[in-house]
Amino acid sequence: MEFTILILALPLLSFLVLALAGKQMPHKVAGAAGTASLAAVALLSYTTAALYFGAGRGADGTFATLVPYNISWLPLGSLSIDMGILLDPISVMMLIVISTVSLMVHIYSLGYMKGEKGFQRYYAFLSLFTFSMLGLVVATNIFQMYIFWELVGVSSYLLIGFYYTKPAAIAASKKAFIVTRFADLFFLIGILIYGYYTGTFAFTPTEAALAGAATLLPLALGLMFVGGAGKSAMFPLHIWLPDAMEGPTPVSALIHAATMVVAGVYLVARMFPLFITYAPDVLHIVAYVGAFTALYAAVVACVQTDIKRVLAFSTISQIAFMMVALGVCTSADPHTGGLGYMASMFHLFTHAMFKGLLFLGAGAIIHAVHSNEKIHMGGLRRYMPITHITFLIACLAIAGIPPFSGFFSKDEILVACYHFSKPMGLFMSIVAALTAFYMFRLYYLIFWGKSYYEEQQALYNAGKCSKAPHKPHEAPATMTVPLIILAAISCVAGFIPFGHFISSNGTEYSIHINKAVATTSIVFALVSIFIATIMYKNGYSRLTRGINRNMRGLMSAAYNRFYIDDVWIFVTKKIIFNCISRPIAWFDKKIIDGSLDKLASGTQKLATFIRPVQSGNVQSYSVWFLGGAIIIILVLIYFA
Amino acid sequence: MIIPAQYFLILSAVLFFIGVFGFFTRRNLVSLLISTELMLNAVDINFAVFNAYCHPQLLEGYIFAIFGIGIAAAETAVAIAIIINVYRNIHSIHIKRLRDLKH
Amino acid sequence: MEFHTNLFIFSGLALFMIIAALFAVISSKIMRAATLLLFVLFGTAGLYFMLHYTFLGAVQITVYAGGIVVLFIFAILLIGKGSIDITHTSKLRYLAGLLTAMVGMVTTIYLIHITPFDAYHFMSADVPMKSLGLAIMGTNRYNYILPFEVMSILLLACTVGAILIARKK
Repeated sequence: MEFTILILALPLLSFLVLALAGKQMPHKVAGAAGTASLAAVALLSYTTAALYFGAGRGADGTFATLVPYNISWLPLGSLSIDMGILLDPISVMMLIVISTVSLMVHIYSLGYMKGEKGFQRYYAFLSLFTFSMLGLVVATNIFQMYIFWELVGVSSYLLIGFYYTKPAAIAASKKAFIVTRFADLFFLIGILIYGYYTGTFAFTPTEAALAGAATLLPLALGLMFVGGAGKSAMFPLHIWLPDAMEGPTPVSALIHAATMVVAGVYLVARMFPLFITYAPDVLHIVAYVGAFTALYAAVVACVQTDIKRVLAFSTISQIAFMMVALGVCTSADPHTGGLGYMASMFHLFTHAMFKGLLFLGAGAIIHAVHSNEKIHMGGLRRYMPITHITFLIACLAIAGIPPFSGFFSKDEILVACYHFSKPMGLFMSIVAALTAFYMFRLYYLIFWGKSYYEEQQALYNAGKCSKAPHKPHEAPATMTVPLIILAAISCVAGFIPFGHFISSNGTEYSIHINKAVATTSIVFALVSIFIATIMYKNGYSRLTRGINRNMRGLMSAAYNRFYIDDVWIFVTKKIIFNCISRPIAWFDKKIIDGSLDKLASGTQKLATFIRPVQSGNVQSYSVWFLGGAIIIILVLIYFA
Repeated sequence: MIIPAQYFLILSAVLFFIGVFGFFTRRNLVSLLISTELMLNAVDINFAVFNAYCHPQLLEGYIFAIFGIGIAAAETAVAIAIIINVYRNIHSIHIKRLRDLKH
Repeated sequence: MEFHTNLFIFSGLALFMIIAALFAVISSKIMRAATLLLFVLFGTAGLYFMLHYTFLGAVQITVYAGGIVVLFIFAILLIGKGSIDITHTSKLRYLAGLLTAMVGMVTTIYLIHITPFDAYHFMSADVPMKSLGLAIMGTNRYNYILPFEVMSILLLACTVGAILIARKK
């Protein structure tokens, strides 16, 4: 499996080439280079997966954990930071997810970003991002993971702020970076506590090392979860994700649907054996945080008008589903309470595909109508048939309608939740129903109802509007092909026997549909879709307007995301800035800066004072020189 | 009688510091050069005296005195060339007038 | 009290040199200063003879007295009027120079005084020219071919430099 190093090396290489020589390349060459290297990475990832899972299970019924590469990168006394590649079921699964979605995004961007300024830079950043994300998932230890984790943060900062002339994009990139960095601080503290007390950064320390750290392990794991919550946009650290939609849409598909945001989930899954043994309570906190986030994001998603924001909140909600699934695990055995682990990974897999599809579809729509707002859409199904069909498939998948992939993974999550406790199961079922509702609201508002274009055209024809509206058109093939591929995957991914590959303790687990849970969730989803159909099929119906009027307070609160952003602004601007930053700034300016300023001005004064000594007169120099020498000699004589 | 080494050394020290004094106070380039020659000469005396009194079987001081004389000659030749050039340019060899190289 | 010829000659020479040097640095006429310098250099040659370093004394006379002083005189004559008068520096600077020189001299004399030279004995023997030549041209330890060559390069450089600097444009 030594060739796996290429999976990391190729994107890095293409990043370096594109970043250093990109400016000299024509757009076509740069795009082709980036896409080709990603295609190679995808092929290698599939080969890896085939070889890895093809090798079969070991004697203990699990897939062996392989480490084809490991070098001691930074030995720190007894601790050592290693760099390497670790292959186990979840990292191999993540390799497939990342390389697939990234490849789709690369192809799609060829069309979407065509003619954009900074096209080569865009591909360079995409390669960097892919490299860091792949490095993150194959990390052999928590510290390597952290390094790549930060690299992911940087590259996502660069990609969100790609349109750096747009103030909103700059603000969004800064926000994303600062919020995730803030969370990463806790992650780092967690890692350091972990490393200090167990004496290793490895994911699976020896029993003896763990026994010594048992009391502090829950704290370390909890702090790590905070870091994961930052990247995975869990409440209340979710605020960066909706704003991050300022980046190019394919970037949103890559980063904010399929890869970076699931890093937190992946982290918790990676530490799962420790969580379940040493910190089950922390795991349950994860579940409650996730459940609340899921509901919150779903409610907010119901009223947003910017289609990308709807998708962003939907992502938050779905990631929260995965967190919940991990959190509700009560044992490592998939048959007795460890089902959530498998369900979470399964949902991660399917979600990456259909959410990537949704974002790419949204990108195609935005490309066609040049706007993010729903009001500029409507009736697009006639103009963009391929986008329409693929988008519908994705909506059905996320809503949990069989036989699309989302149904299977979500069903497993719900089963795990019901297994944990009945209220939790019911709660998540309702959130799932909400998911179906807001997705179909989005779907109807985009593709059905009155066409904005036709209205404008009518106005133009009647002479009431001076400018002819832009006619929506189907996207080019480079964009539709990835849509079709992802749609196909979303259709069939549910039938993958996922439990055969991944389960909480590595042993084989056969997915079986729990009839009661499945029926409930299907009924819930169908009812939601039905309500959405009534309310939004022909634009905003009278019923919808009535509901909106009666619940204006709730609506506007939800539209403003329940003012969480404002709370953050209040906390940072009013409390932290005033009470902490100001005094520190004062201290810095007056005491530290002031003393240095005084030092500088004092030096200057002294310089003016002694300047005449530098007369340029050789004779006075020699007097000074000899006088000094004599004084030194006298001093030496005196003390000798 | 053998004259003690100290006598020679004191004489050379006196000569040296007379040169130093001249170097500090004179304002004419040629006078400065003359003062420098006095100092160099004092150094040569020291070389010879130390050789004669401390290591008579060796020739280090002796030969370095010769080299010192050679260097003094070379230095004087160049210095006088410079002085003549300066005089040609500014029609003075007074040190106060030599300001062009200062800045 | 025994009369010592050596001491007498030395004292005479020393007195002569010191007076000549003093006047050389305070004389207001450069030509006179150059002449007094010549006397000092002759006196130095006399010191070398007293040390039985006859070759060194000869070099002193030929190179210093014969070469350098002639150079000086040529320079002074070339410069002509500009060199006749020497204006002294300001009083403060004069005093500073005097003080530094005095203190330095006293310090040095003190140091010479406290250093014991009794352990060494003067051997009054002239250095034969043959051994001197061998020492200069030899390549062994305590032979000086390398400084000799360096000197010759220095002299060459000085010759070229002096010509370059002094020639008419």
